[in-house]
This record gives sequence, structure tokens and C-alpha cells, in this order.
Amino acid sequence: MAEILLPLLVLCPLAASLVVFISAGRMGARAIGTVACAGVGISAVLSIILSVMLLSGPVAGGLQVTLWPWMRVAGLSADIAFTLDRISMVMVLVVTIVGLLIHVYAAGYMRDDPGIARFFGCMTLFVAAMLVLVLASDLLCLFIGWEGVGLCSYLLIGFWYDDPANTSAARKAFYMTRMGDVALLCGLLLLACATGSLRIGSVLASVADGRLPASGVNVAAAFILVGALAKSAQIPFQAWLPDAMAGPTPTSALIHAATMVTAGVYLIARVHDLFAMAAPVMALTAVLGALTLLMGACTALVQSDLKRILAWSTISQLGYMFLALGCGVWQAALFHLMTHAFFKALLFLTAGAVIMRAGHEQDIFRLGGLRRAMPGLTAAFVAGASALAGLPLVTAGFYSKEMILSGVWHVHFGLAREWTLSGHPLWGIALLGAFLTALYIFRCVFIVFCGKAGTRAAGRTSRLMGIPLVCLSVLSLFGGVIEMPDTLPSLHLFSALLDPGTPLSHADEPVWLVLAGALAPLAGLGVAWVLWGRPSPVMREIPGQAGVIRPARTGRGMDVLYDRVFVQPFRLLAWLTRLDIPGHAITGTGRLTRAASAGILGVRAGLLDMLAMRATGTARWAGHLPGLFQNGRVRWYAAWIAGGLCAGLAMAVLS
Amino acid sequence: MNPLPVLVLLPIMGGGLAWGAGRMWPRASPSMRDASWWVVLATLVVETLVLAMATFSHRAHAGPWPGHFAMPWIPAMGIAVRLDMDGLSLSLIWLSLILCFLCVLLATRQATAHAGAFRFLFLATLTGVIGTFLATDLFVFFFFWELMLVPMAGLIAAWGHEDRQRAAMKFFMFTQGSGLVMLLSILGLVITHYRQTGVLTFDYFTLAHTSLSPTGAMLLMLGFFIAFAVKLPVVPVHVWLPDAHTQAPTAASVLLAGILLKTGGYGMIRFNVMLFPDAAARFAPIAMGLGVAGILYGAWLSSAQDDVKRLIAYSSISHMGFVLLGIFAGSRMGMLGAVMQMLAHGLGTAALFLIAGAIQDRLHTRDMHRIGGLWAAMPRLSSAGLFFAMAALGMPGLGNFTGEFLVLLATWRISPLLATLAATGLVLAAIYALRMVNRIFLAAPQADTRPVTDLPSWQMAVFACVMAFLVLLGLYPQPFMIFSAPLPLPATAMAGPGGTTP
Repeated sequence: MAEILLPLLVLCPLAASLVVFISAGRMGARAIGTVACAGVGISAVLSIILSVMLLSGPVAGGLQVTLWPWMRVAGLSADIAFTLDRISMVMVLVVTIVGLLIHVYAAGYMRDDPGIARFFGCMTLFVAAMLVLVLASDLLCLFIGWEGVGLCSYLLIGFWYDDPANTSAARKAFYMTRMGDVALLCGLLLLACATGSLRIGSVLASVADGRLPASGVNVAAAFILVGALAKSAQIPFQAWLPDAMAGPTPTSALIHAATMVTAGVYLIARVHDLFAMAAPVMALTAVLGALTLLMGACTALVQSDLKRILAWSTISQLGYMFLALGCGVWQAALFHLMTHAFFKALLFLTAGAVIMRAGHEQDIFRLGGLRRAMPGLTAAFVAGASALAGLPLVTAGFYSKEMILSGVWHVHFGLAREWTLSGHPLWGIALLGAFLTALYIFRCVFIVFCGKAGTRAAGRTSRLMGIPLVCLSVLSLFGGVIEMPDTLPSLHLFSALLDPGTPLSHADEPVWLVLAGALAPLAGLGVAWVLWGRPSPVMREIPGQAGVIRPARTGRGMDVLYDRVFVQPFRLLAWLTRLDIPGHAITGTGRLTRAASAGILGVRAGLLDMLAMRATGTARWAGHLPGLFQNGRVRWYAAWIAGGLCAGLAMAVLS
Repeated sequence: MNPLPVLVLLPIMGGGLAWGAGRMWPRASPSMRDASWWVVLATLVVETLVLAMATFSHRAHAGPWPGHFAMPWIPAMGIAVRLDMDGLSLSLIWLSLILCFLCVLLATRQATAHAGAFRFLFLATLTGVIGTFLATDLFVFFFFWELMLVPMAGLIAAWGHEDRQRAAMKFFMFTQGSGLVMLLSILGLVITHYRQTGVLTFDYFTLAHTSLSPTGAMLLMLGFFIAFAVKLPVVPVHVWLPDAHTQAPTAASVLLAGILLKTGGYGMIRFNVMLFPDAAARFAPIAMGLGVAGILYGAWLSSAQDDVKRLIAYSSISHMGFVLLGIFAGSRMGMLGAVMQMLAHGLGTAALFLIAGAIQDRLHTRDMHRIGGLWAAMPRLSSAGLFFAMAALGMPGLGNFTGEFLVLLATWRISPLLATLAATGLVLAAIYALRMVNRIFLAAPQADTRPVTDLPSWQMAVFACVMAFLVLLGLYPQPFMIFSAPLPLPATAMAGPGGTTP
């Protein structure tokens, strides 16, 4: 049964994509939307059926399907094989269910776009590639999906290709993730060389056996980490994600918030046993995650573009997940991944609807007072915002963030034998991040939905777009109650689901830890209300005098750096070498040779000419000379005769 | 009937017929297919049937490999027409035929003047290529090696674009000159063998047993290497390639990129690595360095070009760098990767050249600044272009990735540093491929585009077959890897392919 259903899970969106691409221009917008939603919908149903099968089966292991051998050469065997275990099950459910909701929304959102076939073709292809990534039980097979989602992301960011800014944003995203992909590929090469297989299970087993030297494990983990950082837009690769907002909003929701950017988190969670043996890389992951979450939150605080605020917030939330991964609590990372997919998709979709009805205005300071015009959207956005901020008890974000915070508090990094690093500073940063998160997202809420009216809202949100918003709101509010801290009614469904053998220990969790985690977002909400929420707000914008704000607002600091360090030198070198130096040299040599031979030819011809001229000249002159004797004058002839006679006589006499 | 000599002779005879038919019944209107076109198609169909026979029927014979044919030619000098076929030659001949079909079906619009002569030269090149892939007598090999060169130079010189004479001259000089070095090497090997055994022969299998001093082997191997390096091409001697590819008519570009470059890779496997395994192993670090240089340099220059065909030509140099790297990686894995890369690159690049040719037919320019976005006007052509650009940048799941991955893995075992550098080429590949996509296909349309016609659906179906084949190579390469593996020399010979490190 599972042997059929598991490939079918991937095949349905793929088939929908092919149908949509091939019949482009012949099907109406409605039909295209229906086909795409049906493809993803069947997948969603199948994933639920498969999850039930998995959970009702024996606890250990998962559903394994080997489709066909990919390559078998001496030293490497790779298969196209899928595994549905508990980790991938969570991810598959998120991808298909959130994906389905976003597809339904997009069927309404993109209704009037002429390129709707291309849009849905890419979206369904993306879902298929993402499912390959998630289900793959072989790292090489995972890499197909890994690059496939990158390709779809590229195509969708540059969807409105008439504007060069969009296509250049798309290229930027692809190049930056491609750098990470190459690092990941190097990691795969290293693991394949050391273990002879890329099957995740056997790779992890041979790492656990100690068949890899410690340095090898560290380097492999570092390579994989770089790949994951690039895909998930963490420091130092964060620059592509805000630009990626050039794509249609459903794309931003599906690819650049809920699923693709979390692929890095998923990958590390998948190989967490490998990372557990590479302590320095773990510490690096945690530190980079903490830095990213702080940087993302600070940058989001000074943005004025609604979608960019959400993009920076995504970067920041992914930072939380990397922090959790670095601290070894990958269950918490996956939990936050799931709740984040709910509330960030909700925020993006709501923002898309708001922007659409407000006449494609994305600047939050020109929007404003939309609460009265669109109460439903306001409610949805507030639900998403409070989940993002993690308002205590009533939102899903609270529980997942709480799980990360308590995990970070307990961690100790054993970097060297005598030298351990406590996780408390990281916990402090994460708590500060929670405060800032509430601050920036409620700044956005208060400015856009309260206060003076800005742009006029037009039209209505269609039912097709409304239903997904309702579903996502419910999920973002109540999707988190499956896992609670011990202080509250102790409930650990999610971690028991992921790892039934060894549940996380929450035993020594002080109460004030949970309290701090609950108070930070409330404090952020309060400060945001004071600054921006009251009828006469304390400030419209954060004061712009400080020199750090302006570069931070555009998010250009890193861009400028990249531009200086990579792009410009590359352009310069490419410009310098555009003529192909060896080609130029050889052409030059050829030209020189030709010039030389032409010169020699010229010299030779000149010489011969000169000689010939001289010869003829001499001959003519020589011929001319005797002519002088025949001048027709008798006395000259007589003189010649007399002279000759004299000479002859003289010779005869003298000899 | 032995299929091997038929395989070699059929194309050139068909070409002669096509020429005659073209002179006897010149076409009435440019759009109509004339008699000579049908003759060419019939020749290719018969050739395919013969090849299928050679592939699937196994006859008993004296040769070491599945296919064998021998006939004395100049007995006094030990020269005989010896043809042998193993999986490597067979798969490359299949590739040649597929590409010829593509050319005949899709790239016929450019050769309007003297179409018969064009087709004769086209098929004569095919004869030379197939002969090169089959010959196991070194003299006959050299004969076919030169034979494929002359008609190709003629095709470029007579039917090419604006700067065709210079390009044809450059192409001819480079390949001819390097061919002479190879001839010297062949003679040197034969004479050494004659001195040792007193037998004068050009037979590949016999010569493989010649015992050589390390220096002598290195010198002889370098002679072969230079000829193949020019053809492949390896970086410092790649200069002829961008000009020749750019100036050639579409069909000739396809043949050049799709097959003629592969003769270089084929020669390196067959003659450098299998004939002189020790010398090749000692030379391997330099060759691999050259391969990595080719990958990076080709990709780098490719991303600075504005001429579409030139961009594709430089990307070929980059891809062929992987082939060189794989051949000299010294393991069977690298060899297989190189072969897979040759097959996938043959298909993908040929399709890209066909698309560039189709664009030039319609817009009369190859300058990417002047082409502008074509997606709105020509969605079919653009989507095909997008697909093959993705194949060129090494998208996993398509054929190129299989080859590149195997080559990189084989390289990583020897030197992780070289493998990392070569993998960096994949980032550069993304740069040139996406630059092309965002200039030509997914871009704002030019203001002054004339109305253009998209590819008709039957042509799109042909492209779809190529795409399906690339996907197959990418997702299920195992049968092809078994099928196209180069067979080792017979057991008495020195070592298997690679034969360098255990």
C-alpha cells in the first residue's frame, strides 16, 4: 500500500505541473487553478492517510520505498528512494496542507494574471520538488529536490519578468543559494567518499561507528551547515531573502516563509546525529542563529515596506530555529518550523490581500486605519501577529518559542576538553529577540490597521481567498497546544511524536524561565502600543537621524559589501577577460606573423623590383650609349674612323 | 553481412546520392523539401537500422570486443582496415545519429544555396566521425580523423556567418596541426614496436603490448594528448572553438559541439589512458589541473559574452573540462562520469545551438542585447531554451549532473581541493546560464520586435524527446552507464581502463 501511495504523493503535484505547463494557453484560469489545487489536494489527503498508517504501525523505523537504483559504481551506490519517518511526516504534513491552503488562496489571487499557467506550473512543481527533498532517504536524492526548489524559487521570484529588478532579484537568490548548494555538494562528496553510500541511515551509522575521523565529521558538518545557511538566508547569506519579495505574494508565503527556506532547518534536523558529533559546528550554528535572529528583528523594526518587514521577520524566526538546532534541541526547531509555517503563511497571505485591496500600496506609512474597512483581514493579521510575537497561552508561537528558550537555557557546549560554554548568553539574546519581535510586528499592526486612514480600500476579499485565511488563523492560534512546558499542564505530544524513545527532559525547569518567556512579548506589545498605538502616537517612525538606521532600513549594508567584494571584481575580471586572453594572444601572434610575412614579402618584392629596375635601366642606358655614335653627322663619323685607325695602328705597332 | 563497414560507408554514399539528387532535381521553392533531403533522411534511417542490428545481434568473430571487422589494406606496411566496437564507441555513434536526425529535422533552413553539396559534406563528416569511433588500426584512425576535419572546415567556410573564412581557417589550422603531431606519435609507436618485435603493424591491440621506456611513453602519449586536447578542447588550445562554433551554420555547430568534441574525449580514453596507462597516470596531475582550469575559465568567459552562440561555445569548454578531469581521475567512476557528461553535453548543447539557430533565423541577430524577451512571443521555444539552460547549469535530475557528480566524486578521492575548485565552476555555470535566460527568454520584450512564429508543435515534440532523454540520463543512468562503459583491453594487455591506481 505504502509502496504505491508514497510515490503518488510526489507524482500528483508533478503531474499537475506537467498538465498545466503543456496545456498553457489552452486552459482557462479557473481550470488551471482547479488542476493545481487538485494535484496538491490529493497529496494532502495522501499525506494524512500515510501519517495515520505510519503512526498506527510499529514505533521504530518508517515506511521505506526504493523506487529504482540511481547509480551503482565501485565505491558508490545511490538510489531513488523515499522514506516516511516521523521527522519527514511532520514536514510532509506542513508542506502539503499549508501548500494546499496557499494554492487555494492563489487561485483567487492570481485569477486575472495572464501568466497564471506559468505561475501554477512552477508552484506545483515546487511542491513536488519540496516533497522529494523531504521524503528522500538518500542525500543525493535529497539534492535533486534541494536544487529543484531553488529553480522554482528563481522562476517565481522573477515571475513578472518585465521589470529587470525582479529578474535580478531572482538571479541574486539563485546565485547565493547556489553557493550554499556547492558547499553542500562538497559535503556530500566527502561523506560519499568516506562511507561509500549517501543513504542517510547508513551515513549516520558509519559516523556513529567512528569510521570518519573527527576532523572529517566536523568538515562535513560545516559544509552541510553552509548549504543550510544559504538556503535559509542566515548570516552571511541573508541578503537574498528580502529581495525575493519581488515575487507574487502566494510565492512569498509558500516558498520564502513556510517551506523552502526551512529546508536548511529540516536538513540539519535530519542529520542531527552527525551534528551532535561536531561540537564546534554546533556552537557555530547556535551563535550564527542567535546573531541572525537579533539582526533580523532589529532590521525589521526599521523597515517601511510591509512585505519586507515580514521577510526580515522570517530571517529572524529562522534564526531561532538555527539556535535550537545548534543547541541540540532539534525537536524544538521542528516544532517552531511547523508553527512558523502556519503564522507566517497567514501573515503573508493577509498582507497580500491587504496590499491588493489597498491598490498595491506596500508602504506601511501610506496604509493606515484599515481596521474599519477590512475587519476580517485585521482579525487574521492580528492572529498571525500575536502568534509571531508569541503572546502567552493563546497562540501557537508561544509554545514553540518557549520550547526553544528552555532548551537553550540548559545547553552547554563542550568545545574543548576543559572549556565549556554556557548557553545563558544565547538565552538572553533569544529573550531580547522575543521582545523585539513583539515590538516590530505590533508596530506594523498599529500603523497599518489603527490610526488615521491612509489609502482607500476597494473591493472585497473573495471567499476563495478568505477560507485559507480562516484555516491558517485557527492553526496559528491553536496549533501549538500539542506541546506545553512542564509548568503548565505537562503535555509533550509533539516531542513524543518525533522521538518516542527519548522524550526531552523538562524536569529542572524553573518557573521563572517560563514567566520570562511569557513576559517579553507582552512587554514588546506594551511598548509598541505606547509608541505607535495610542490615538496620538509618540512617534510615526523610529527617528532616522542615527546613522545606523538608514543602511539598516534598506538592508543594503550587506548588499554593498557583497557588491564590493564579489560582484564588482567579478564584473571587472569578466570585462577584462571577455576577449579570451589565449585567443587574443594567438590571434595577435597570427596578426604579427601575417604582418611579418607581409613585410618580408614587401621587402622581397621591393628588392626584386629594384634589381629589375636597375637591370633594365642599365640595359637601356647601355643600349642608349652606342646610339650616341649614330648621330648622322659626317664629320663625327670621319673623326671616329680616323680615331679608330690611329688606335689600331698604335696597337699593331706597339705590340 | 558485417554491419561495421556498412556503418562507416553508408553516410558518405548517401551523401553522394543526395548531392546528385540535389543537382538533378533542384527544389522548386525554398519551403519545399526536395529529393536530396529525403535521400539524407532515408540514409539516416537505414544507418539507424544497421546500428540497431550491430547493437542487438551478437555474432561470433575473432575480435576482442563485441563488434569486429578486418580487411587488409596495405599489407606491405601492416596497414589493415580494422574496425572494432565496444560500448563506448557504440553509445557515441548512437549520439551522433540522434544529433544528425535533430539537424536534418530542425536545422534545414539555413542551407538554401547548394543544399545538395551541404548535405554531402554533412554526411561525409558523419562518416569521418563514425570511422574515428570504430577504427582500431592507428593508420585508419588517423585517416578518419583527418577525413572528418575537411568537410567540416568546408561547411564552415562556405555556409557560415559573417566571419566564416577566418573561423574555418583557424579551425583547420589548429586541428590539422595537432593531427600531424599525433601522426608523429603513431609512427613513433609503430617504429618502436617494429624494432622490438620485427613486426610492422598499426594494430591497436598489438601495439598495446609494446614495452616502452617511461620517457618514450610520455613523449608518445603527449603527441596523442595534444591532438585530442585541441579537439576536446583543453584551455590553452581552445582558441579555435568559439570562432568555429559561432560562425558555423546551425547544423555544423550542432555536429561540432555534439560530436566532434567527443572524438577528443573518446581519443583520450581509447589512446591516452588505455594505451599508455603509466604515462597517463604520471601526467594525470597536469591534465586534471588543465581540466579544472578549463571548467573555470570557460565558465568565466561564457558569462562575459553577448553573442548567444559564443556563450554556448564557451560553456562547452567548461563542460569539457569535466570530461578531461574525469578521464584522468584514474578510476572507473571518473571514466563513467566523463562518458555520461559527454552524452548529456552532446544532447543539451546541441539543443541549445538549435535554439540559437532558430532565434537567428527569426530575428537575424545573435546579440543578446538586441534579442530581448521572447517568452511572450515564443513560449514554446523559450521554455525549451529554459530547460536546456537548466541542464547546462547542472540541475540535478538532468543528465549533466550525473556526469558532473561522478567526476567530482572521483576527483575528490584524489584531491579534495581540485574537486572543490571544480565544483565552484557550478556557481559560474549558474551565472552564465541564468544570464542567458534573463536576457533572451524571461525578459521584457524588445520594443521593435517583429511578429515571429513560434516553433511548430512537431518540432517541439522533437525537442521534448531530447528533454525526456536528458531526464532519463539524469534519473536512471544505470543502464546507460553499463551500456556505454569502455571495455578494457583484452586480458593479456597491460591494465584495464584507468589502470593507474587500484
